[in-house]
Amino acid sequence: MTYIAKPKFHHPGLKKNELGYTHRDYEGKISTLCAGCGHDSITASIIEACYELSIEPHRVAKISGIGCSSKTPDYFLGNSHGFNSVHGRMPSVLTGANLANRDLIYLGVSGDGDSASIGFGQFAHSIRRGVNMTYIVENNGVYGLTKGQFSATADRGSKSKKGVTNTDNAIDLVAIALQLGATFVARSFSGDKSQLVPLIAAAIGHKGASFIDVISPCIAFNNHAGSTKSFDYVREHNDAVNRLDVLVGRDPIAVDYAPGTVQVVEQHDGSKIALRKIDADYDPHDRLGAMTFLQKHAAKGQIVTGLLYVDPDAEDLHEHLNTVETPLNTLEADTLCPGSAVLDKINASLR
Amino acid sequence: MKPTDIAAPDYFHKVVDCQWACPAHTPVPEYIRLIAQGRYSDAYMINWKSNVFPGILGRTCDRPCEPACRRGRVEETPVAICRLKRVAADFKDDIKQRLPRPAPKNGKRIALVGGGPASLTVARDLAPLGYHCTVFDADPEAGGMMRTQIPKFRLPNSVIDEETGYILGLGVDFKGGHRIESMKALLSEKYDAIFVGSGAPRGRELDIPGRKEAAANIHIGIEWLANVSFGHVDRIGKRVIVLGGGNTAMDCCRTARRLGGEKVTVVVRSGFDEMKASPWEKEDAIHEDIPILNYMVPVAFKHVAGKLIGVTFQHVKAEYDAKGRRNLVPSGDPDQTIPCDDVLVAVGQENAFPWIEQDCGIEFDKWHMPKVDPKTFASTNPKVFFGGDAAFGPKNIIWAVAHGHDAALSIHKMLSGEDISERPLPEVQISSQKMGIHEWSYDNDISVDKRYKVPHRDKVVALKDIRAEVELGYDVKLALGEAHRCLNCDVQTVFSTSLCIECDACVDICPMDCITFTGNGEESDLRRRLKAPSLHPDQDLYVSSDLKTGRVMVKDEDVCLHCGLCAERCPTGAWDMQKYLIEMTHAGSTCPTKSRSAA
Repeated sequence: MTYIAKPKFHHPGLKKNELGYTHRDYEGKISTLCAGCGHDSITASIIEACYELSIEPHRVAKISGIGCSSKTPDYFLGNSHGFNSVHGRMPSVLTGANLANRDLIYLGVSGDGDSASIGFGQFAHSIRRGVNMTYIVENNGVYGLTKGQFSATADRGSKSKKGVTNTDNAIDLVAIALQLGATFVARSFSGDKSQLVPLIAAAIGHKGASFIDVISPCIAFNNHAGSTKSFDYVREHNDAVNRLDVLVGRDPIAVDYAPGTVQVVEQHDGSKIALRKIDADYDPHDRLGAMTFLQKHAAKGQIVTGLLYVDPDAEDLHEHLNTVETPLNTLEADTLCPGSAVLDKINASLR
Repeated sequence: MKPTDIAAPDYFHKVVDCQWACPAHTPVPEYIRLIAQGRYSDAYMINWKSNVFPGILGRTCDRPCEPACRRGRVEETPVAICRLKRVAADFKDDIKQRLPRPAPKNGKRIALVGGGPASLTVARDLAPLGYHCTVFDADPEAGGMMRTQIPKFRLPNSVIDEETGYILGLGVDFKGGHRIESMKALLSEKYDAIFVGSGAPRGRELDIPGRKEAAANIHIGIEWLANVSFGHVDRIGKRVIVLGGGNTAMDCCRTARRLGGEKVTVVVRSGFDEMKASPWEKEDAIHEDIPILNYMVPVAFKHVAGKLIGVTFQHVKAEYDAKGRRNLVPSGDPDQTIPCDDVLVAVGQENAFPWIEQDCGIEFDKWHMPKVDPKTFASTNPKVFFGGDAAFGPKNIIWAVAHGHDAALSIHKMLSGEDISERPLPEVQISSQKMGIHEWSYDNDISVDKRYKVPHRDKVVALKDIRAEVELGYDVKLALGEAHRCLNCDVQTVFSTSLCIECDACVDICPMDCITFTGNGEESDLRRRLKAPSLHPDQDLYVSSDLKTGRVMVKDEDVCLHCGLCAERCPTGAWDMQKYLIEMTHAGSTCPTKSRSAA
């Protein structure tokens, strides 16, 4: 952490988005995480994605649990809604908020401890239900706040800072999310913003449960030789299946790649994702194929990154439950409580 | 691009924009920090060493540092560097004990022609080394144009007396009222070296109809100012026209306002924005109810029976030819006559060397200027050096000081039997400012305050007394606020490629988006790929050698706040904040002479 606030001055040539904001306007307070923490790069990527999408900050709700990662919503979107919930309970709080008001953009920010250990069940059920959200796990494989014990996502065989080898099997959150029916699944790396920023932007545009697992090296406890979540290891073993550009209608990005190498995916909100294939055989619409691909590469020690699966026509929880479109806080009392005559009618229909 | 060679002293010197722009290369941020700490005497001595006349320059400098100041690229206005210099002079303690002692004489005699800033600088540098310096001036007191041409309401005599006194107190002989009439005669006196710092003493004439007939009420600006300074002139007509748009014109019109001029008008040929006068001097004139009329060319002095009654002007407009050169062409509007009682002509200054005979071995060019080496300030006579306005025409005090330092170095080297064309490198001290994990030995918390205004004396009072200084200077509180605006550009961001793990922490935290990690390329290509647009290509890119991923770190120095956040957020110490104190090497420094490599 630093003692001074980040100076208010910004580069005089900064571009403004459609709303007249620079990317600096999407910042929050200055980070109190350790110097060099991968989480800060994820924060910067969220800022960049929201800036590029010209999102009005008051339309975003950022919800987190407990942990280094769950502190980060304080560092971005300082003018958005936020809820720092109980450890591992972010998915429930987010689900509730989403049910009450579907008009907001929900950013769930969590870590490997928060989502793969104490909140594993919560994570599973929010994905399973198809809550319309962007669920980001800032995954460093250790419990940083308690000085670097292995977390549930630490790979078997990975070495701790003190040289102890992890003997437990790792939970692969991406594999679980795929299995549980997430309709947008991606993995990325905090050290590769060119990949991460468009992924976050695309996830925000996706209607349904979007899940991004971001490997985010812990500088203090998990960035040494022998760790499988260090900058060097991830860079050496990163196997990106594709790169993408998010094309927002107003600002078409000229895509000039060789024919056949780009696949355009139209999203529910009208934006388009241009996927540049790196692995020619990889099909991001094939859930089963994705799961197999992941397993095969994991066995070889490779970390598959990119947009792994997307279903552009997904439904979300509201459609499943046939809920009212109007946010509950704007419904009038007589709509919320239509009176005993209506109740009688409902009761009669159930007899 | 090749990795930046930060060992070349010029690289980080350029980052300290103010110091780089200053002809004397005064370490500006260093003395501003001392002012913030209340160490006014220390701040004064840094200035005194570098620019010799802190109190005088703190009131009158043309401030090339301020347009260069990085703060001016970050927000609207630069740091008030000049007026902070005055703060050091105003609040210092008695510094006499810190001055060099008069040295035992080394037997070498130097003659200095003219008692202005250039000559006095040479004397200041050489006298402590034992040289017997004799300064000749036609005026009775030392100071040259600083005393004769700058009005007392901008620069009181007490300041000139004090700062010229420090130099004369080093055992320098001052021969006042002694005009050198012949270079030949001076050469025959067998001085070991002669320095000519006689300025540009002649005001340019305006030869238009009526000049001779109305001569009694037409005055040459710098001569008139000198006469006012010495008390020979103490009044002027009620209606005064000042011709010219330079700082002398501004001094003339403001002086006229104090000597009875009720309706004083400045008329310039060019447009208002192209005037040579410094913007703040124009502001001060306008504040004293002096209108500045532009695009008007004087064509005739109107007179009746030998008495001036007005000046006739032709209206012009600016036209630009294909090469972008400006021509003033008649606008077609009818000529205008402005009635007046007196005219002050301030349309430029010229050099004049009637006292240098043709057979002195000093060659002149076709513009009648001496041929002077711009580095060594030697003339074609190896014993004779020129500096200040006498060398390259009218500039200003700080240039004269810079010339003086260089000429003194040449004289010292020549008389030590060294090659004067070999110039010494500046003295550079490098030190990390790290005190703790997040603590630095400089104040890195960036102030967002706007530039503080210098308090002025009430206009009614100021206009009544020609000796009442208009600017009152910052008080301690204002000075502290202004000093905090300095961005400490001399505390450099130093990058160690081998330590970087490419975690992007510096990129994420940098408030100005200065840092980019990307593939290397040509400079123009790299500039297009920066995180924030490159607005000033004259500002350097700091490029690292290849990193592990094959990329390079590129930092655009342009608007870096030197806040040190990159270094605070760096987990491996690949960034460090290091103070580069760069001081020019003056005569007598013990530094070994090395030829300067191209930076």
